[in-house]
Amino acid sequence: MASVALTNLDPASRAAARGWSDLTIRNLFIIPTLVFLIVFNIFPLIYSLGYSFTNFAANRSEPWQFVGLQNYRELLSDDHIWSNFVITAKYVIVSVAGQMVVGFGLALLLNRSFPMKGLITTLLLLPMMMSAAVVGLFWQLLYSPSWGPINYVFGLGDFAWLSNPDSALYAVAITDIWMWSPFVMLLSLAGLSAVPQHLYEAAAIDRAGWWYTFTRITLPLVSPILLIALIFRTMEAFKTFDIAYTMTTQPTAELIAIRLYKQAFQQWDTGKSCALAYIVLIMVLAITNLYVKYLNKVKER
Amino acid sequence: MRKIVTSVIAGIGLALACGTSVRAQDKELTIFWAEWDPANYLQELVNDYTAETGVKVTVQTTPWPDFQTKAFTEFNAHGDAYDMVVGDSQWLGAGSTQGHYVDLTDFFNQHKLNDVMAPATIKYYAEYPGGSGKYWAIPLEGDAIGWSYRKDWFEDPKEKEAFKAKYGYDLAVPTTYAQLRDIAEFFHRPDQKRYGVAIYTDNSYDAMAMGVESAIFSYGGDLGDYATYKVDGITNSKEAAAGLDMYKELYKFTPPGWGKTFFVEDNQAITGGLAAMSMNFFAFFPPLVNKATNPYADATGFFANPAGPDGKRFAALGGQGISVVSYSKNKDEAMKFLEWFIKDETQKKWAELGGYTCSQAVLKSDAFQNATPYNKAFYDTMFMVKDFWATPEYAEVLDQLNQNIYPFVVGGKGTAQEALDKTAADWKATFTKYNRYK
Repeated sequence: MASVALTNLDPASRAAARGWSDLTIRNLFIIPTLVFLIVFNIFPLIYSLGYSFTNFAANRSEPWQFVGLQNYRELLSDDHIWSNFVITAKYVIVSVAGQMVVGFGLALLLNRSFPMKGLITTLLLLPMMMSAAVVGLFWQLLYSPSWGPINYVFGLGDFAWLSNPDSALYAVAITDIWMWSPFVMLLSLAGLSAVPQHLYEAAAIDRAGWWYTFTRITLPLVSPILLIALIFRTMEAFKTFDIAYTMTTQPTAELIAIRLYKQAFQQWDTGKSCALAYIVLIMVLAITNLYVKYLNKVKER
Repeated sequence: MRKIVTSVIAGIGLALACGTSVRAQDKELTIFWAEWDPANYLQELVNDYTAETGVKVTVQTTPWPDFQTKAFTEFNAHGDAYDMVVGDSQWLGAGSTQGHYVDLTDFFNQHKLNDVMAPATIKYYAEYPGGSGKYWAIPLEGDAIGWSYRKDWFEDPKEKEAFKAKYGYDLAVPTTYAQLRDIAEFFHRPDQKRYGVAIYTDNSYDAMAMGVESAIFSYGGDLGDYATYKVDGITNSKEAAAGLDMYKELYKFTPPGWGKTFFVEDNQAITGGLAAMSMNFFAFFPPLVNKATNPYADATGFFANPAGPDGKRFAALGGQGISVVSYSKNKDEAMKFLEWFIKDETQKKWAELGGYTCSQAVLKSDAFQNATPYNKAFYDTMFMVKDFWATPEYAEVLDQLNQNIYPFVVGGKGTAQEALDKTAADWKATFTKYNRYK
C-alpha cells in the first residue's frame, strides 16, 4: 500500500543525495507525531481508565485501592450528575440548533455578490476568533441588569439574565450561538459556493420557485458539509466549559464539564472524576457515531 | 552571517554563565499567595528583609479562583516552586495530614506565639486538629466578614424621620440582623436605582458560604461539631435554618442580577452608589476609604457583623497563616524569615503598610485602632470569629453546602430547613466515606 501511494524521489533532490529513501522521509514526518500522540494522548487515556476503577485522590499521599465499578455505579445513580447531563443536553440542543440556523442563514445571505462582501464576511467571523473566557466576561457585562445594553435595547428593565435560575442556561447558550455561528457560516459558505451554477440555471429555466430550488438543490448538496459542522459543534458544545464557567455559577447552568472540573480540581476526587470523564467520552462517541453513520448515508445519495 | 551567529551564541552562553553564578551566591525565597492588595503590602514589607539580610524574597500571586487549585497541584507534585505559602485556614487539615506543611509546633512554643498572636487567629489559622497543640502556620493576615455602609444616607434627617415612622425606632448602624433587614428594606428603591444591601452569592468557592455562616453562627446555629464530626441536629438545627432564612431574606434587597457576587461586586455596590450596606472581608475595605477608588469615600462607614435574636454575635473568619512548604529546598532560610516576621517591629510595620496583623500588642494599640475608619470594627470582630470546617475533605464539604443552599437563596427553591437537612445528610455521607466516625 505504502509503495503504491508514495511516488519515487526525484534523483536530483537533496534528500536523494543524502541517501534518504522515501520511507525514511515518511518516518521522519510520522514518528514524532506518533510519539507525541502516544505520550500525551494515548498513555494518559489508558492511565486514567485505570484510575477510574480506584479511589485515587491526587492530593492525598495515602495509597489508593481498587474499587471496581463503584465509581461508575455511584455516578450513574447520583441525581446531581443526571441533572448535569440534562442541563448539558438542553444546552447542546439550544446552542447547536441556534448556530445551525443563524450560521446557515448568514451563509445564504452572503452567497451572492455585493459591495464589500469580503470585509463583511471577515467582520462576521470575528466572534469565533476571540478567547471564550473573554467572550464570557464581555457578555456578562452586556447582560448586566444595572447597566447592560441588552436590557436597555430590548426594554427588559432589570431582568437578571444570569441570576435568574430559569434563564441563566439560555443566556449562556445565546452567547455560544453568537460566538460559533460564524463557524457554521464559514463551512456553509464553502458548501454553497461549490453547488454548480448550471443546476440553478436549469431550475430557473423550469421556472422552479425559490423554496423548491432551496429544498431540492441547495439543501441536499450542502447537507454533507452542514452535517460536518453539526458534528463539530455538538462535540464542542457537549464539553463547553469556559464560557459557562466565567458567566454564571447557577446550578441550573452547571454543565457536565464544570461538574467534572469541580470534582477533579476542587474536591480532588481523581478516581471518580476519571470515571465521569469516561462516561462523558462514551456519550460523545455514541452521538458522533450516529451522526457519522447518517453523514455516510447522505453522501451515498 | 557566521560571525553574527557565533557572537549570539557567545552572548547567550555568557548570560547563562552569569545567571548561574549570581544564583549560586544569592539566596531566594518565594512566598505564594492570592492576587490582592495585601500581597502587594507583603511584598513591600519583605523588601525590608532583603535590605537587612540580602535574601531576596518574592511574593508570587495568582487570581483567587485559581489559588487553591494551583497551590495543591504544586503540593501534590511535591514541587519546590514555593518555599512558603500563605494558605487559607481551611487548608490546614489537608496541609498537615498530607505532609505538605512543615510542623511549626516547636517554633511556636519556643517563641511563645500563643501569647503574641490573637487567640482566634491561632485557633483557626495555625492549630490542627483543633485543641491538639500542634501548629502548622504563623497567623499572617487576620480577616473576617464586616460591613460598610453609606453614612450620608443613614444620617439624612428626612430618611431618619421616615424610618422612625415606619419601623418605630431610630435609624442607626444595625446591631441585630433584624435591624439590618429593616434598613435594607427601607433603602431598597429599585425605581431610584438604590438598593438595600449587597451580600455574597458566588458559589464557585467559599464566598456565599462565608456570608451564610456569619448569619447561621449569629443566630446560634453551627455547621457541626468539628471535633466529633457530628452534623445531625447541629447543621440542620432550627437556629441554623433561621440564620439561613435571614440570608435569603437579605437577598431580596440586593441590586438586580446579584447571583454571582464576591468582593469585587460588593465593593462596587458602594463605589457605584448602588447599596446602603455591603458585606465584605475587611481586607477589601482599604479601597473604600480612598477617594480615587470610591467617590463616596468620605460618606462610607463601617460596622462589625450584627448579632442574632439571642444576642449571639459572630462573623465568618477569612484570613491566612503562613506555612513552610515541606518540599522546599530552603526550609532553614524560611524559618529564619519567620523569626523576623514575628518580631513586634515587623508586625507594626506590617499593620502600617495595610496588612491586618494578628499580633495582640499591635491590635490593642490606639495607634492601630485609630489608623483607619474600619480598624476598630476589625478589632471588635477578631474576638468573635468562627470558621468553616478545616478537615482535609473540606472542599467536598464546601461544594455540597453550595449545591444545597444556592438554589434556596438565589433560586428560591425549597425551604431553609430542607436545604440544611440535605446538607447534613450529604456531610454525614462524606465523613462516613473518610472514616471520620471511629
